[in-house]
Amino acid sequence: MKSLEELKELREQVQKDMKTRSEKKMPEIIIGMGTCGISAGAREIMKTVIEETEKRSLDVKISQTGCIGMCEKEPLMDVKLPGKERVTYGELKANDVKKIIAKHVINGTVVDELAIARLEE
Amino acid sequence: MSEISLTIDGEQVKVPEGTTVLSAARKLGIEIPTLCYHPDLTRHGACRVCEVEDVAHNRSLASCVTPVIEGMEISTRSRRARKARRRNVSLLLANHPNDCLGCDRSGTCELQEIAHDLSIRTREIEKYEGETRDITPDKTGPALKREPNKCILCGRCVRICEEVQGVSALQFSNRGFDSIVTTAFDLPQSEINCANCGQCATVCPVGAIVEKNEIYHVWQALEADDKHVVVQTAPSIQATLGEEFGMEPGTVVTGKMVTALRKLGFDRVFSTEFTADLTIMEEGYEFLARLEGNEKLPHITSCCPGWVKFAEHNYPDLLNHLSSAKSPQQMFSALAKSYYPDLTGIKPEKIYTVSIMPCTAKKFEKDRAGINGGPLKDTDAVLTTRELALMIKEIGIDLNHLPEDEYDELLGKSTGAGTIFGTTGGVTEAAVRTVKEKLTGEPLERLELGFVGVQDKEIEIGDRTIKVAIVSGLGNTGELLKDVREGTSEYDFIEVMACPHGCVGGGGQPLPVDKEKKDRRAEGLGSIDQAKTIRKSHENPMIKKVYEDYLEEPLSRRAHRLLHTEYRRRPKN
Amino acid sequence: MKDAVYRSHVLVCTGTGCSSAGADSLQVELEDQIAQHDLTDEIKVIETGCHGFCEKGPIVVVYPEGVFYCEVGKKDIAELVEEHLLKGRVLEDLLYREPVTEEQIPSYHDIDFYKKQQRIVLANCGKIDPENIDEYIANNGYEAAGIALTKMDPGEVISEVKNSGLRGRGGGGFPTGNKWEFAYNTKSDKKYIVCNADEGDPGAFMDRSILEGDPHRIIEGMLIGAYAIGADEGYIYIRAEYPLAIKRLEKALSQAREYGFLGSDIFGSGFDFELHIKKGAGAFVCGEETALMASIEGKRGMPSPRPPYPAQKGLWDKPTNINNVETFANIPYIIYKGAESFNSIGTENSTGTKVFALTGKIKNTGLLEVPMGTTLREVIFDIGGGLTGDNEFKAVQTGGPSGGCIPAGYLDLEIDYDSLLEVGSMMGSGGMVVMDEDTCMVDVARFFLDFTQSESCGKCTPCREGTKRMLEVLERICGGKGASGDIELLEELGNHIKDTSLCGLGQSAPNPILSTINYFREEYEAHIEDKYCPAGVCPELAGAYMIDEEGCVACGQCARACPVDAVSVQDNEIYVIDEDLCISCGACEEACPVDAVTQG
Repeated sequence: MKSLEELKELREQVQKDMKTRSEKKMPEIIIGMGTCGISAGAREIMKTVIEETEKRSLDVKISQTGCIGMCEKEPLMDVKLPGKERVTYGELKANDVKKIIAKHVINGTVVDELAIARLEE
Repeated sequence: MSEISLTIDGEQVKVPEGTTVLSAARKLGIEIPTLCYHPDLTRHGACRVCEVEDVAHNRSLASCVTPVIEGMEISTRSRRARKARRRNVSLLLANHPNDCLGCDRSGTCELQEIAHDLSIRTREIEKYEGETRDITPDKTGPALKREPNKCILCGRCVRICEEVQGVSALQFSNRGFDSIVTTAFDLPQSEINCANCGQCATVCPVGAIVEKNEIYHVWQALEADDKHVVVQTAPSIQATLGEEFGMEPGTVVTGKMVTALRKLGFDRVFSTEFTADLTIMEEGYEFLARLEGNEKLPHITSCCPGWVKFAEHNYPDLLNHLSSAKSPQQMFSALAKSYYPDLTGIKPEKIYTVSIMPCTAKKFEKDRAGINGGPLKDTDAVLTTRELALMIKEIGIDLNHLPEDEYDELLGKSTGAGTIFGTTGGVTEAAVRTVKEKLTGEPLERLELGFVGVQDKEIEIGDRTIKVAIVSGLGNTGELLKDVREGTSEYDFIEVMACPHGCVGGGGQPLPVDKEKKDRRAEGLGSIDQAKTIRKSHENPMIKKVYEDYLEEPLSRRAHRLLHTEYRRRPKN
Repeated sequence: MKDAVYRSHVLVCTGTGCSSAGADSLQVELEDQIAQHDLTDEIKVIETGCHGFCEKGPIVVVYPEGVFYCEVGKKDIAELVEEHLLKGRVLEDLLYREPVTEEQIPSYHDIDFYKKQQRIVLANCGKIDPENIDEYIANNGYEAAGIALTKMDPGEVISEVKNSGLRGRGGGGFPTGNKWEFAYNTKSDKKYIVCNADEGDPGAFMDRSILEGDPHRIIEGMLIGAYAIGADEGYIYIRAEYPLAIKRLEKALSQAREYGFLGSDIFGSGFDFELHIKKGAGAFVCGEETALMASIEGKRGMPSPRPPYPAQKGLWDKPTNINNVETFANIPYIIYKGAESFNSIGTENSTGTKVFALTGKIKNTGLLEVPMGTTLREVIFDIGGGLTGDNEFKAVQTGGPSGGCIPAGYLDLEIDYDSLLEVGSMMGSGGMVVMDEDTCMVDVARFFLDFTQSESCGKCTPCREGTKRMLEVLERICGGKGASGDIELLEELGNHIKDTSLCGLGQSAPNPILSTINYFREEYEAHIEDKYCPAGVCPELAGAYMIDEEGCVACGQCARACPVDAVSVQDNEIYVIDEDLCISCGACEEACPVDAVTQG
C-alpha cells in the first residue's frame, strides 16, 4: 500500500466487484462462524449448506462472518438474494437449512418462522 | 537528577528523584520492616510488610518499591499503615509452621524478628487461621535442605539464583494460595542444576532453605575416645566468625577461633591456608605448563566447588580448561589421611577430618565421586561458619572473651597468599605471585583487584603479557565463558568464584549479609595478608617440607594421585 | 391406449423429499379413496418430480384449480377426496400459506435486541467475512490508518484520540490519548505497542468476538497507535484458548502484509510496522499489564510494581503502550469520523459506546454495544428481554470477578466508568451477569472469589493469603458454619486486600464480597444466624422439606423418590419427612402429584 489514493482505488474496485456479484444474480449464504456459532453447531450448518447447494448444483456464494451478538440464537445464517435485503435466520438445525435453501434461496420466499431479522445494508 | 521533597512522619526531607520511600525514611532514621526487600536484589514488592500511608494521596503503599513523588505526606505510624503491616505479617504467620523453637533459623529469622518487633499476638494470627501449606521438606540435596512450609514466598532465593547466580534452580510455581518456590518440574534437590552455592540460604529470611547441618556428626566424633579429630579452617572464617558474636564485619578473630576450637575438643587445629599454598604450587605449575603450550588456554581455576558443578552442568565442553588441582579443603584432607599419619604414626582410620568452611558447596564437594585420595573418606564433615558458631555457643563460650592461640604446626603454617584465597581475586593474586617469581625471579606488587563482577588485568611477566580475568557470582561468567567456548577469549588465566565477593560472601557465612558487609570482610582478610611475613606460597617452609618429605615436586605422580581430580559432564536441566 | 379425459388431475410429488415424508403411501391411499368413491374414471393421479418445497411435503396439487396442498398426511386423504374432489370445497387447513417476503421480516433496527444498540466497535461483526480483507476495505477499512499516516503527524493523532475522550476498555478506564502521549514522550530508539487480548473474565467474550469477526479493525487500530507513539513493532497477546481468533488474526496479518498495511513504508509515509501474535497460556493475571509483558518476554506472568510504567520501561525495558482489543477497535472510527463524532456519543466523562457480554438469568444472552449512559434497565429489560421465566430481578454483577453486584434499586443507573464505581462495582471488560431471586448472593460472592483466589499469581501476601482466608470464611458461611464476626472479618480482610495488594487483581478481588455485604447483608446474616439460605442455593442450608398433612393423598410417590429414605408413612395415611435425614435434594417435591411437599 503506497498511498491513500491507492487504498481508495482498491476500495472502489472491491466494492464494484461485490456489486457485480450481486448483479450477476448470485445469492449469498453467510454463516455465523464465531466461537459462539461454532459451539452452537455452525459447522454442521456450513456442511449442510455445502452439501445441499452441491446436490442442487446451485450457483451460490457461501461465506462466513463473525458473531453479531445474538449468541442466544446461534447458529445464525444469513441469506442475501440479488437486489434483496439480507435476512438472518437463527437457532438453526441442519433440516432448517434444507428448508431455507429450498424455499428462500431457490424460490425467493422467506421462511418466516425461522427468520429473525433483516439486515439493511 | 532533580530533588524531590516530601514529608515522612512530619519531617521534611529532600531526596534525589527515583529514591524509594523506604530509603528516604531510613535516611531519616525511621525504620520500616521489610521481608522481600534485599539491598543486593531487584525490587520485588511482594510481602507488603513495608506498607506506609501516603496521606496526601489517600493511599497505602509498599515503601520498598514506591519511588518518592513531590508532595507526598508519608505516615509510617498512622493507624492505616500500622494495621496494614500487622495484618500482612499475621497473614504470613497464619500460613507458617510457627515452630520457631526447633527451627534452624530461630534467633536469626527475619519473620520472627518482625513479629517480635511488631508484637504480633497469637489472637491476631488465629483470626486468619485456615488451611496451611503441607509440602514434604526436600532433604535430598547434598548441601541444602528446603522446607517449603516455612517459605513466605518473598522470592529472595529465586532472585539471587536467577539475577546474581544465573542458575535459576528455583522458581515460583502454581497459582494463588498453592504458589510455591520449587525446582523445575519439582525435581528433588539432588537432581537439579543447583551449584550448592547456598546464596539462597544467605538471603532466605526464614528457615525455608538452610544448609544441611552436620553438627551432630562432629560432636559424635569429638566425643568418641578412639577418634583423632583434626579441623581445618578456611581462610575467610577468621574474618567472619566474629559477626556471630556481635563483632563488626571484618574483625579478625584467628587466635580466638583457634582457642575456641581447642575448647570444643579438636585434637589438632590446622588452617586450610596451608593447602591453599599447596594448591597454588600445583595449580601454578599446571598454569606454567599451559603457558608453555602443553594445554589449552585460558587456565581456569577449580578451587570453588560451586563453580565446578556449575561448569559441569553448563560448560561441559570447557572442563579441560579447568585446573585438575583439588581445592585446598580436599588437598588438606587428602594429606591429613596420608602424609599426616606418616608423620605422626596415627592410623588413618582413626583420623576424623572436619573442615570449617564459608561454603555450603563444600558439603557437596567432600562426597564427589573420585574425590578421595585413598580408600577412606578424605573429608569427614564440613561445618559452615554458622554451624561452628552454634557449637561454640552451645558450650557457653563467648568468643569476645577468649585468649588468642596459634594453629598447630605441620599443616597449620600458611602464607598471606593462602589467606587471600578467601576473597575474589585472591587465588589469582596468589598464583601470579608464585608464577611470576618462578618465571622471572621478580616479586609482584599487590594487584588491587576489585571485589565485584568481572575484573581484568594485564601483568607483565618477563617479555610476556599475561591477561587475567577474575569473576565472582556465577551470573557474571556468561560473556567470559562464551568467548572461551568460541575460542575468542583473550585471557590466559580466569579465576571463578561462585559467590559474589568470593568466600567472604559464601553461602555458609553469618547472616544477614549484604554487599557492604562483604566488602568489610574482604578488607579484614586483606589486613591479615599484609600482616604476614611470608606472602608467597612457594616460600612457605611447610610447603617446602611437604614436597621434600613426601610429594617430591609439583605435579609428581603422588601429587597427582592425592591432589588432583577429574570432572564430569552433567545435564543442563 | 385411449386418451381419457379426466375432470381433475391430482399431482402427488414423489421427489425424494416428499417420498421420505410419506408421499408413496399417500398415493396408494389416494387411489384407494378415489376407487371407493368410484371416481377412477374422472380423476387421475399423477406422480411428479420435486416442486422444491420439500420442507412442506408431501405436496399434492389439484388441477385444474391448481390448489397447492402442503404437508398432506394419509389421514387427510379421505377428507380431500370427500370434500374437494367430490364436493369441490377447498381444504383451507392444508393450503399453502402466502409466501413471506423479506419486507415482512422485522429489520434489525426494529427488533428489541438491536433497537437501542449503537455499533461502532461491532459495526462489521456478523456482517463481513473476517477472512477476507477486501470486505473490510469495502467498508472503509484502513482508510483511517491511511489518513493518520499520510495526513496527520503523531501529535495530531494523539490529540484527536485525547479529544475523543476514549478511555481504556479493558477495565481501568484510563484515558487512551494520555497513555499514548506518555509513550510518545518517552525518548527511545525502540518502542512497542501491545494489544491485550488476554480476555479472562468469566462470561466476557467481546474481545474474542471482535478478533474473530473483524480482525483487521484491531490491526488498523494498532497501526494508528504505533504511528502515534513511534513504535515499529507490536504484539497481540492472545490466550491460546482462542484458536479461532488466532487463526483469523494470522490470516488477517498475512493479508495485511500482502496488501502493505504492515511492513515498511506503509502508505508511502516512510513508517514501518510489524506485528506479531503471542499466545498466552490463559492465566487470568496475564491481563495485568506488567504480568502480560513478563509473559511475552517468556517469564512467569507475575505483576511488577508500577512505577516504572510500561510507557517508561515496558517490554524488554523499552517504552511500551498496551491497550485492550476493544480500545483499539474504537481507534479507526475516531480517526475516520473525528473526535467530535465519537465524543457526541455517551456521557461527558465516558464517551463512545461500550460492548457488554450479557449472561446469567437473562432471556437474550449475547453481545451488545450501547452508548455509554444507557441504563441498566434498558440493557437488561429492553435489549436483554428481561429475566428468564420472568423471574424477579435481584442484582446484576458487572466488571467480571473484580466487579460488584448492583441491586434492583440502581436499575436506572446510567452506565459509565464513574457511576459503576460509585455503586461499588466497576466497568471492567464489560461482563454483565444477571441474577434473579433464585441466586444466593453469598454463593455468588464465593464463586467469584474462588476464581480470583485460584487465579492470583501468588506473589503478594494480601492477595495470596488474604483471598484464601476470605474464601474459607465464605465457604464456612455457605456450609452453615458461619459465626458471628465473620461478616466483619470479611470486611476487614476485604478492605485490607484492596488497600495493600500489588496489582489490580488483588486490589479488586474483594469487590464482589464487599458489594454483596453492602447491598445484601441480610442474606449473609440469614446464613450465619438463622443457618438459612434464602435463595435455597447453599445445599447445607437449604431447609428440610415438609409434607402438608391436608394436601397429602398418601400416594407414596415421595417416599419412592427419596434417595435417602427420609420419607416414611404414618398410620397408613400420611407421609412425613425426617428432617435429620433429609438432604434437601427436592426429589420428593418433584415427585408429588398434588404439590403437598414444600421446602421449609
